[in-house]
Amino acid sequence: MTAKVQVQNLSAWYGSKRAIEDISLDVDERAVTAIIGPSGCGKSTLIRCINRLHEVVPKARTAGKVLLDGEDVYTQSAVSVRRRIGMVFQKANPFPTMSVFENVAAGLRLNGVRDPKKLDETVLRSLKQAALWDEVKDALDAPGVSLSGGQQQRLCIARALAVQPEVILMDEPCSALDPIATAKIEDLIFDLKKEYTVAIVTHNMQQAARVADYTAFLYLGKLIEMNRTRDLFERPGQELTEKYITGRFG
Amino acid sequence: MRFPTHVAGLPLRLDREARRLWKDLAMSIAALLCVVIALIPLGSILVEATARGLQAIGPSFFSLDTAFGGIGNAIQGTLILVALSSLISLPVGILTGIYLSEFGKNPLGASIRFFVDVMTQVPSIVVGIFAYSVILELGQAGIVSTRLVFSAISGTLALSVIMIPFVARTAEEAMRLVSTSTREAGLALGIPRYRVILRIVLPSSASALVTGALLGVARVAGETAPLLMTAFGSGFGFSGLDHPVESLPHTIYTFALSPYTAQNQTAWGASLVLVVMMLLISVFSRLLLRSRYRVGGAAP
Repeated sequence: MTAKVQVQNLSAWYGSKRAIEDISLDVDERAVTAIIGPSGCGKSTLIRCINRLHEVVPKARTAGKVLLDGEDVYTQSAVSVRRRIGMVFQKANPFPTMSVFENVAAGLRLNGVRDPKKLDETVLRSLKQAALWDEVKDALDAPGVSLSGGQQQRLCIARALAVQPEVILMDEPCSALDPIATAKIEDLIFDLKKEYTVAIVTHNMQQAARVADYTAFLYLGKLIEMNRTRDLFERPGQELTEKYITGRFG
Repeated sequence: MRFPTHVAGLPLRLDREARRLWKDLAMSIAALLCVVIALIPLGSILVEATARGLQAIGPSFFSLDTAFGGIGNAIQGTLILVALSSLISLPVGILTGIYLSEFGKNPLGASIRFFVDVMTQVPSIVVGIFAYSVILELGQAGIVSTRLVFSAISGTLALSVIMIPFVARTAEEAMRLVSTSTREAGLALGIPRYRVILRIVLPSSASALVTGALLGVARVAGETAPLLMTAFGSGFGFSGLDHPVESLPHTIYTFALSPYTAQNQTAWGASLVLVVMMLLISVFSRLLLRSRYRVGGAAP
């Protein structure tokens, strides 16, 4: 396996508050990497630094490097980085004024693609990849926000897939979903890693164990341990990790 | 015969629960009374304006100029003044609102927001005297014709000064209703920020934006004070942007104070027309808010 994304000595601040501190880790290509840890440990901040969304927050800043295929994303334009690194958010956030079709097509359309044939094909492919096609194929013109919560989240995944990113970041994508919708998304993540590099933030350890090839444990903004998921859960190298995964704090 | 234990479903006791039920009844009645009191002025305005206004309204009421007993030129003038002010204020105001909402989280933005807030509080008669003196000074300095002091142009200037801050603030509020997560979803797709604002945030706040714009229109359509010193008023139809122009509020103002009963009646007719215009704008903006897509991001 080769590393698609390499985080090197990354720190990030909100104003004067340091959210993550000197983190280095590799996200392998065509694999799922989970980031676990208690609330407020900097999991979301970490992945938001990878697609440079952290800097959108007023007074936020970063130090360190994030290499995508060996090149620092902070020396490239944020827009081109974000086209290569898609993101799915904690709460499903379809564009409120757009239909199902328009939501999926938004990434292409707003980047200047007008060819209706290409848009049709992309929407079909993305919705199928996101395992949503069968449920919405007769409702492509319905508002995106009219779908159920789980469907909206898969719509957001389809929207992210439509621009054919190389990496997909997921920020607790199932935290607002019921077990059935969660299972669907997890199946989907399993399929996605055949083509994409996936990094998923979760506070659900079972979820990390189910979907991830690698798991990183963060605590108070620091990377405590990272390993193959199985090894991390069965033979944690740090006492802190063991305490967290056995539920003694968190 | 037994003594009744309840009155109107409420217990005739003095314990805690009974007292609470009686208090609840008393407060409900008080609240209802207050609503009635608040509605009395509104209701009587509508009734009075309708009853008296309808008497004035005849077939020639809308076609004749104020000099001949109609209000045709006043309606025309109000439409022209409002249209011109909107032409200036809507773009400037909405762009200011975009700046405040999307780029205004810094000291410059805060001071502009404060300034805009103060502008919305300036009494409209002060705006009138300001517009009047600006044009007068410019006229005396030979930069513009002194004819413009009392003209449609100076009226437009005064109304725009009132409308711009109003539209700017409502536009900012409208765009703030769009959730951060919607903006971030756009940015995360690799869409440049200006396009996220123009193609995602603006459409998402469109109905609230239009409502704000319509309320701005309603606000200036009813202004009298600033027009007294600027648009001035005229008994005849529109004769050029550099000439005085009549408006509905001005007609009401002058005719209501007139000693002639016929003119008093015309004032009521003009009032009714103005009230109906406001009502239509208000209803229209409410309908827009009920559009298919709502503002404020995804449902939970």
